[in-house]
Amino acid sequence: MPHIELIGRQLAEAVKGYSADYIEAHLEENQTSYITYRGRELESIGRTTDIGGNVRALVAGGWGFVSFNDLSELPSKVELAVMQAQFASNEKSQLAEVEPVVDIVPTKIDKNPVAMPLAEKKQLLDEYNDIIWHTPKLQTSIISYGDSHKKVIFANSSGSYIEQERADITLRLKAVATEGSEVQQVGLSIGSRGDFKAIANLHRQVELMSQHAVELLSAPQVKGGEYTVVLDPVLAGVFIHEAFGHLSESDYVYENEGLRQIMTLGKKFGSSQLNIVDSAAIPGLRGSYKYDDEGVPATKTYLIREGRLVGRLHSRETAAKMKEKPTGNARAINYGYPPIVRMTNTYIEPGVASFEDIIGDIKAGIYAKNWYGGTTSMEMFTFSAGEAYMIRNGKLAEALRPVVLTGNVFVTLKNIDAIGNDLEMNQGGGCGKGGQVPLPVSNGSPHIRIRHCLIGGR
Amino acid sequence: MESILDQAKKVAEEAEVFMISSEETPVQFEANRLKHIQSKQSCGVALRIIKQGKIGYAATTELSDSQSLVNMAVETAQFGMPAKFELPSPASYPQIEAYDPNVESVSIEQMIGLGEEMITTVRGHTPDIICEAGVTRAVIFVRIINSRGGQANYRKSVFGLGIVGSLIRDTDMLFVGESQSSCHPLLEPKTVAEVVLQQLELAKNRASVPNQTLPVIFTPNGVASALVPPLMTAFNGKTVLEGASPIGNRLGQPVFDEKLWLWDDPTIAYRPESRPCDDEGIPSQRTPLIKGGTVANFLYDLQTAALAHTQSTGNGSRNRGGLPTPSPSAFIIIPGKTSFDEMVQDMKEGLVIEQLMGAEQGNILGGDFSGNVLLGYKVESGKIVGRVKNTMVSGNVYQVLKQITAIGSDAKWVGGFLQTPHLYCPSLSVASK
Repeated sequence: MPHIELIGRQLAEAVKGYSADYIEAHLEENQTSYITYRGRELESIGRTTDIGGNVRALVAGGWGFVSFNDLSELPSKVELAVMQAQFASNEKSQLAEVEPVVDIVPTKIDKNPVAMPLAEKKQLLDEYNDIIWHTPKLQTSIISYGDSHKKVIFANSSGSYIEQERADITLRLKAVATEGSEVQQVGLSIGSRGDFKAIANLHRQVELMSQHAVELLSAPQVKGGEYTVVLDPVLAGVFIHEAFGHLSESDYVYENEGLRQIMTLGKKFGSSQLNIVDSAAIPGLRGSYKYDDEGVPATKTYLIREGRLVGRLHSRETAAKMKEKPTGNARAINYGYPPIVRMTNTYIEPGVASFEDIIGDIKAGIYAKNWYGGTTSMEMFTFSAGEAYMIRNGKLAEALRPVVLTGNVFVTLKNIDAIGNDLEMNQGGGCGKGGQVPLPVSNGSPHIRIRHCLIGGR
Repeated sequence: MESILDQAKKVAEEAEVFMISSEETPVQFEANRLKHIQSKQSCGVALRIIKQGKIGYAATTELSDSQSLVNMAVETAQFGMPAKFELPSPASYPQIEAYDPNVESVSIEQMIGLGEEMITTVRGHTPDIICEAGVTRAVIFVRIINSRGGQANYRKSVFGLGIVGSLIRDTDMLFVGESQSSCHPLLEPKTVAEVVLQQLELAKNRASVPNQTLPVIFTPNGVASALVPPLMTAFNGKTVLEGASPIGNRLGQPVFDEKLWLWDDPTIAYRPESRPCDDEGIPSQRTPLIKGGTVANFLYDLQTAALAHTQSTGNGSRNRGGLPTPSPSAFIIIPGKTSFDEMVQDMKEGLVIEQLMGAEQGNILGGDFSGNVLLGYKVESGKIVGRVKNTMVSGNVYQVLKQITAIGSDAKWVGGFLQTPHLYCPSLSVASK
């Protein structure tokens, strides 16, 4: 591999001295390995290396962007980005002020997961696959493992120069059970910031997952309608990310008058016990970093505090246009894309209720766990829980077929009336937006209770 | 590329080098204004080897270091799947037109003009709508060589126009949109904008829906969002091989309505999914999947076909640069005789579904779909009376397509990967809040 630090220094010089309001460049070196299984057999195993970069220029409100694998003739790439930005210019440029930074941020892991022997990774996956296949009535399994190690260099025309490294691991397992024409599946999704140990001792969880898939074959389907629903930390975390978090991304809001009115700071969104945070500044989570892809330091941002909207996520441009402070939330999945406003680690802060308190006074309700799938269109959401149980007279009762929750996010937030004391962060997710998927994020929550939640059924 | 192949041949029985390079220029409008002009240049190489009978795989964008690429492929081959296929020998390829040099000569100024015209037309109809629009041109070059002397290469051009509008009034949100693509330049932005205007007209009023089963017309967009994803999975040879496709053992049997004909077709001139060969160098072919309601074929790549004791259908695809796997090129549903207006006139009470949200959740293998109607209209006494909201529909694609009332006479391309007419189905379960 060429020394990208050397090319990084050249690029840091190349972005200076143009008649543009702002220019930045990224250079990236990425290594990955992956192993997938479909059924008993290994399906694919591979390794990749990737080197590339980009230049982004701002001229009078218009952006130009050039991405490339060929690292020669860098000045001509800067010129092209500036020329494109000139074409797109049509107003005054606005970027929130940020102090230039020079810094080098190494990974804080003991060993690079990509460099570990493939045999060691495969051994662990074989163990998990054996557990799934030893479960009676299991039809098939799907396993997908991936790791990466990445170095990104950032330089801009204001003199910032930042090198950051990160490692990432994801593991997804799925067990599919069948009986006659019935098919049921349960999944498990785990991730870490490059620490292989985080995925190394899941044998018991894999066993429970497989057994649950079999249990579902004989589980009843709940009748559709309105219920009191308790969400576990995984599902509540995904709910808060998908249904609310995306509305906090200012690039949706800043030029959209209708949405600006809905998302007015100070407006009441939930009860006074509801606090929602996004923070890349917590160390060691999959959404954590020291600087975002515009070189802005990470912050902890309260989105909702005591039930009121108090903040939102910004890039330098959206912060300036909304006259708010930058939050360091501009991220790009790789050098092929410009940074856009993204979440990092998003969570509901813990309250005081125990799980027993939360379900204690529910006569007939639903406990929905785990995440299966879902989408939102701003106000409306539909989510599938991976597991569901009836709650009867304050106690967990029979297992149900996975349920679909649907509703209006604003109504649903107001209907959260109990928040547990047991915050857990889920590291298995990946976020998609504007074609940039899957971006490493984490989300979390304690157990929460929602009144009058619409559950789909047949 | 040749040097990679030579190095790989020294350490493995078989080898194949796949290269793809592209240059894409998207012009993007946000909140009704020009915002971004981009140029994305990319080039990558993938190496697949067969060593001691097992498949090894590595990919890189760093073209100068071929030895590392070969080493990585060798490392993975220790653990790879046993190879059951032979790489293709030299073959003759069909002449399929997918490159129009005029795409490259559309200037940035012209592209800006096309985007502005789409937005101006839509806002002329509804001034408070907020539009995002994109105009994109791209040129892609693919080359494949292998150790059996097989080689293929082709060039492709793609031009795309798209617009999405959102209209927010209090907390009520309406989303409308249309996109079109071709290997020729698309220089008539009005044809895109007019589809959006029609959606806005139909969505002007609100209509309520009862909780019951109703007849439904799926527009081409509706067919794409509700019905096609389960079919793409079910006709995939890999799903069939695993025993997970509900139609896997129904080859030659009537499963669908006899009016239904479906093809996989990568040979149509100047369509973005067309190409002379697949990503393994197998010549492109038209494959009938449903012939008059009868299951006619499944889609295969080399390895899956070998495991299933059949032939590749030329559907080996390298999604995200990985190993080839079976994937549809473009699905073509053959038009029928009934116009959309005739379908609506025939309905006493029913729904028109244009966009279903979340349809892919649930048991996709079994063909179940269930989703929130993101854009859809109510029909009463043969007329569209308004837009429906807070409405869930659910059904099973095999039940829906078993009995079709009518197939539209007006096939339309959706998202580049599907050409379909409207489909009129007798009943679907509807729940509304």
